[in-house]
Amino acid sequence: MNANGETLIEVEHLVRRFGDRAVLDDISFNVHRGETLVIMGGSGCGKSTLLRHMIGSMKPTSGTVKLFGKEITAMKEREIERVRLRFGMLFQSGALLASLTVGENIALPLLQHTDKSGDEIEEIVKQKLQMVGLTGFEDLKPGEISGGMKKRVGLARALALDPELLFSDEPTSGLDPIMTAVVDQLTLNLTKGSHMTAVVVSHDMTSAFRIATRMIMLGHGSIVAQGTPDEIRNSPNPEVQQFIHGQPDGPIPLNVSQEEHKDHQHVRPRPFLGARFRFHHKHP
Amino acid sequence: MKNYLQLNLSLLYWILIAPFTGQFFKIAPIFRQMVFIGVRAAPMVALTAFSVGVTLAMQAAHSLQSLGAEMYIPDLVMITLLREMGPVLIAVIVIGRSGSAVAAELGTMKVSEEIEALEVMAINPVQYLVVPRFIAMLVMLPALTIFGNYIGILGGWAVCRFALNFNTAGYVLRALESADTWDLYSGMIKSAVFAWIIITIACNAGLNVEGGAEGVGQATTGSVVQALLAMLVMNAVLTGIFFFSA
Repeated sequence: MNANGETLIEVEHLVRRFGDRAVLDDISFNVHRGETLVIMGGSGCGKSTLLRHMIGSMKPTSGTVKLFGKEITAMKEREIERVRLRFGMLFQSGALLASLTVGENIALPLLQHTDKSGDEIEEIVKQKLQMVGLTGFEDLKPGEISGGMKKRVGLARALALDPELLFSDEPTSGLDPIMTAVVDQLTLNLTKGSHMTAVVVSHDMTSAFRIATRMIMLGHGSIVAQGTPDEIRNSPNPEVQQFIHGQPDGPIPLNVSQEEHKDHQHVRPRPFLGARFRFHHKHP
Repeated sequence: MKNYLQLNLSLLYWILIAPFTGQFFKIAPIFRQMVFIGVRAAPMVALTAFSVGVTLAMQAAHSLQSLGAEMYIPDLVMITLLREMGPVLIAVIVIGRSGSAVAAELGTMKVSEEIEALEVMAINPVQYLVVPRFIAMLVMLPALTIFGNYIGILGGWAVCRFALNFNTAGYVLRALESADTWDLYSGMIKSAVFAWIIITIACNAGLNVEGGAEGVGQATTGSVVQALLAMLVMNAVLTGIFFFSA
């Protein structure tokens, strides 16, 4: 494990419950400067919830999350805003503002948080777009570009303020293999070249092994395994082996029970009227 | 309700306190919203106000002619428009047109993670999205009301001039003589209060959408119904305070 360098993120005994179900159950790990941590796990295992706790948009039931040495779980909104200027976040859908053009989306954090002139901002927007391979797309609206392009613009926007830390939620899902490689290469350049730290949530195993310096696998709300990519690849844990090789049979349960799923979505269970009518003749 | 009060408090902070801490609101987005909320609604407001002016004059003529008091038609049109019909009807138009659009727009942004993205970029959604809409509404609804009052009076004039053989000068003089400035001001105060109600209810509904496209639809309808009810109740309260208590 990489013990060098400053610790940027410390997650300690993080627990998050929705109703009776613990979506995150006693999670602890650290992320050091310069690392690329990949958090993996099946759909609905709590990856995105964990990420939302790290960026301060969800409050844990118990436990703490420290970012840059400061505990964000106890912070007020205004203090969290100051911490948020130091990291960028790429959303799964890109989360671009639909009313602004691509260029305006990337310029937004610069306009809001810096005193740079219009020309300087334009220059930075061009440079960030070039970085993600979308030169000349400034004036299009997010509705006019494909899902993969939106994601790349989202990445350019996340990098607009040159953050020390980048959070990515599924950065490569929906991208073609070449673009996936380009985004991975970009992440590698940023972490190796610019010493940026990255926390990536992914279930794209090719991409994960390409960029990770350390990996965490989540399952049933807790950490199943963690280590370097090599340690994970050679892990004796059958759950890890099933996941990284994508096998349909193994220790990971295929179905989430309906109750668990509903708790997780924070929706109250609703009786399904159709079922009663359909099965009525079988179970009078 | 708790969310609604929080939104109002946070709005007051961003408008009254934040400018003194160096976080002044940007002017360009306010103007964009003013065009959307105000300028684009002008044709609809004009048509409604003209119809109401014409209707008021015709109804007044029907009742007042039997008393031989046609000369009071301009008074009735003027006072009814300034005090009640102007502010209320134009608020109804703006609720249906702009209030619902704001609720749907913010709701869609919420559903597509745009609001969360703003928060993560350390951009406060109230400051960035609600404040420009609020200020635009607070300026444009009273402005539309004044505009609508003019057009309504014009509608009344059309009936008097062409159907009842008033002369124009007589209509104008009679109308101006009947109303005092308080009639106009009370309408403006109502209009500003309605603006507050409409935009905060719309923004609150939009920002608290849950559950995808269906949620956006429900929030939009809900915001229109709530804003209409709140506006009409508030109108009764304000009329009571302005014209009935003294």
